[in-house]
Amino acid sequence: MYQINGYFEASTIKEAIDYLAGNENSQVIAGGTDVLIKTRERKSGYTDKDLVGIMRIPELKGINLDDDGNILIGSTTTFTEVEEDEIILRNIPSLSAACGSVGGPQIRNIGTIGGNVANGATSADSASTLFAMDAVICLEGPEGKREMPIKEFYLGPGKVAMNKGELMTQIKILKENFMCFKGHYIKFSQRKAMDIATLGCSIMVKTTGNKIDELKVAYGVAGPTPIRATEAEAMAKGMEITAENLDLIGEKCLENASARDSWRASKAFRQQLIRELPKRAIKIALGGGE
Amino acid sequence: MLKTINCTVNGRAMELQVDVRESLLDMLRNRLHLTGTKQGCGVGECGACAVLIDGETLDSCIYLAVWADGKDIVSIEGLTGADGSLSDLQQNFVDKGAVQCGFCTPGFVVSATALLEKNPNPSKDEIRRGLSGNLCRCTGYQKILDAVESTADQRRNK
Ligand code: FES
Ligand code: FES
Repeated sequence: MYQINGYFEASTIKEAIDYLAGNENSQVIAGGTDVLIKTRERKSGYTDKDLVGIMRIPELKGINLDDDGNILIGSTTTFTEVEEDEIILRNIPSLSAACGSVGGPQIRNIGTIGGNVANGATSADSASTLFAMDAVICLEGPEGKREMPIKEFYLGPGKVAMNKGELMTQIKILKENFMCFKGHYIKFSQRKAMDIATLGCSIMVKTTGNKIDELKVAYGVAGPTPIRATEAEAMAKGMEITAENLDLIGEKCLENASARDSWRASKAFRQQLIRELPKRAIKIALGGGE
Repeated sequence: MLKTINCTVNGRAMELQVDVRESLLDMLRNRLHLTGTKQGCGVGECGACAVLIDGETLDSCIYLAVWADGKDIVSIEGLTGADGSLSDLQQNFVDKGAVQCGFCTPGFVVSATALLEKNPNPSKDEIRRGLSGNLCRCTGYQKILDAVESTADQRRNK
């Protein structure tokens, strides 16, 4: 038995928001792969809650293109659904790979991309790729709807910019942030499955000939929240793709990072990964393979 | 707090009163006495509690019983024939020596059933990936992989 106070199944966004806003003790639950574990561990703030289930709200599910060609991902779309979705595979395969790297099949069949982001973990597999694509988080609450860039959504470890009563409805990826880009995600972990990334690196790169027009490098576990290597990105603009330049880019990526020691890996090892992974990811994204 | 749910378990439609604090694993084992589904870790790490929900493999220990409302659930008991005969996959687990203590076996059979349903011709890597949410402390996995592979082979050659 879980130490839960009550359970409410919301069938519309409005029902969920009304319940969340009207009950101080409420807690959203989607696939439960995060919330139920914390409840099981009796983590403070996760016991005796009135849970609000949102998996049966049809508007929160599925992946669509809007009229402008932007990709809209419903917050309760599962990792498996994102991984196998045609729109995702065709336009942003790196997000498919990122979602496919989460846990194992059972977790991917129920864990949601919205939950992955909403729990605020730096290690979230989907988050670095969403950072690399400057995803927009769409929220709805008692005061109406609002949108914000994903980098403003993350406030600190486990902390996100969501107010009481608010629900994440969608994750939006603007066309200009994936059209003409090639992307790749590398999850560096000790095991191939059922593991949390030692470091995650997702890149998006746009090139003309052998020159970088635009580069985006995002990391998970290189700081308290997912981050972008903005210094390296600025430097990379216009650079020729050579081994020396890739080394320079990798080195520069350290400037935005604040890797730490943990039992999974030392700071020095993570720094080496921070240097190395974007180089590999760029080469693979551009078809160089490794 | 009790809630009434309607679901199908191993082909039988039923109405049940469940506690909102209860997991589907608790419901299967304690209410329906379907004890083939095992609890290992209780936190979604080991897959001993895997069941099919609408055809997908899921860890029932981190699935609330109330979520079963309207779902089609198949536990290990539902994979055997009505007369208790083993499925081809189960028979291969036996024949290949993929069962030692047996605690992980129901979960593996469930996940492998879902895997073969989705992908009847899996490569070795795809089998590994499809079973990566299930842990076994005894067999070293190879014989489990063999059992799944020969099931796929046999079904192809039928
Ligand atoms: S008991 Fe459910 S995953 Fe281990
Ligand atoms: S046979 Fe004992 S845990 Fe797998």
